[in-house]
Amino acid sequence: MVMMVTEVAAVNKQQVSTASAQSKILVDDLNLFYGEKQALFNVSLDIKEKEVTALIGPSGCGKSTFLRTLNRMNDLIDGVRVSGNITIDGEDIYASNDVIKLRTKVGMVFQKSNLFPMSIYDNVAYGPRMQGIKNRKVLDALVEESLRGAAIWDEVKDRLKTSALGLSGGQQQRICIARTIAMKPDVILMDEPTSALDPISTLKVEELITQMKKDYTIVIVTHNMQQAARISDKTAFFLNGEVVEYDDTNVIFSTPKDQRTEDYVTGRFG
Amino acid sequence: MATQHTKEVEQQISKGNARKYFFEKLSSKIFLACALLSVISLLLIVGFVFYKGANPFVTGDYSFLSFIFGSEWVPSEDKFGIFPMIVASIYATMGALVIGVPVGLFTAIFLAEIAPKRVAKIVSPAIQLLAGIPSVLYGVFGLAIIVPFLQDNLGLARGQSLIAVILVLAIMMLPTIVTIAETAIRAVPKSYREGSLALGVSEIGTIFKVVVPAAKSGIMAAIVLGLGRALGETMAVILVAGNSLIIPTSLTDSIRPLTTNIALEMGYAAGTHLEMLFATGIVLFSFILILNFVLARLTAKGGH
Repeated sequence: MVMMVTEVAAVNKQQVSTASAQSKILVDDLNLFYGEKQALFNVSLDIKEKEVTALIGPSGCGKSTFLRTLNRMNDLIDGVRVSGNITIDGEDIYASNDVIKLRTKVGMVFQKSNLFPMSIYDNVAYGPRMQGIKNRKVLDALVEESLRGAAIWDEVKDRLKTSALGLSGGQQQRICIARTIAMKPDVILMDEPTSALDPISTLKVEELITQMKKDYTIVIVTHNMQQAARISDKTAFFLNGEVVEYDDTNVIFSTPKDQRTEDYVTGRFG
Repeated sequence: MATQHTKEVEQQISKGNARKYFFEKLSSKIFLACALLSVISLLLIVGFVFYKGANPFVTGDYSFLSFIFGSEWVPSEDKFGIFPMIVASIYATMGALVIGVPVGLFTAIFLAEIAPKRVAKIVSPAIQLLAGIPSVLYGVFGLAIIVPFLQDNLGLARGQSLIAVILVLAIMMLPTIVTIAETAIRAVPKSYREGSLALGVSEIGTIFKVVVPAAKSGIMAAIVLGLGRALGETMAVILVAGNSLIIPTSLTDSIRPLTTNIALEMGYAAGTHLEMLFATGIVLFSFILILNFVLARLTAKGGH
């Protein structure tokens, strides 16, 4: 088990082009409370530009909660308090209340496809339209570019006007990715994007993520450790709301420094 | 001894089972009878109204068309035309719709999407309570507050008018619209909202472009049910309508809708006059049937 994962990670490592990428997201001493209950403890991470960063850990360890602090989706929940600092491109994202600007820059793909009950075209064009883009030609081009970017253009180009909800789960999830790319974000957050998909669809989404990292900084929460090993450059291991270890993915999967990390990646718990 | 003991237990169980089956059958019959009661009531009422109401057209020599389109209602002269009342009913209901639907819908959106929990906890029960107020009290309120207000501010000879009816009906349909629309909006999956918000769309944008369209069939149902409420309302309307037998041409005209015509004259009518009131009931009932049909179509569409 360890051997196999290690090999995959090693192969992946060779694909990493830039060894010392620039910092994109800097998280410093982040604490998060749901009312009285503390969910994140002193989280500090340095997420690099145009890399895939995987967040792993057992259920309820705070990795999704952490992901949602990066585009402030936690703001929707009553009674959430955050302390500490998160900067993206040097800008403190909790300093201003312009969550709209933040979320256009930091897109998000959810665990289950949450396409709207509209056509494929309208789903992808929804975000740009709501930003006031009305020009038909601009929208057409943007929709095509986004669908190509999500590697689903060829599958849906003949039925852009049909309901998006008629597609398969894997296709829907890639349309969700297209919808996110249409907003031209810098960062894309993915919350277990393949957990509801079959192995073939999962593979397609993983390939897509690997291609996308040349244009985007990607942070992905995953339950699937092989997936983290296959597609990520850096991995953070979360446990009980803390980051136990954060390092290059091949280090996490081959020579972790913390015993708990080793126990987790070798499948001894979680 | 052991075998005797077992036998006794077996006997007891089979006896117990027989009793259980009996009660099982009996209770299902009782439930059925209760369920049939409402169906039978419906058939009786509809049958009775149609039997009585159709009589002048079937056995007498009255024309149904001149009943519907006739503009004179003078029972003492044997003139029975309900066109002014049909128009009054439609105007009053539509007018109430124009005010009640936007207010009701915005209230529902506010309660389901925007209001802090503490506020919603006060407003929601208040609106439900509004539905429980006896309709005669709405009429009294209209007569004591709205009618004098209109009289003073619009310089009318009498405040009882189409606009007074519209205002009272708009308030009366609010609880129906708000409660059902709120339920429909709350039933929209949270993931739609998240998907839209995560694309950098504002909350109001999300509500109007994603949430409300997704709740469309439920909202339409709310509107149709509100319409039905307004169309069938009698007691409150009698008090503020003025009850003049004219085709209304302005909002300040005194009106007599179908419902109040029946309620006002039923007490003393006899013979053909009485049957014509039942016929008025048939027309009213047809309107309600059409609304229900529309409603069924809407909810069937929302189902899939």
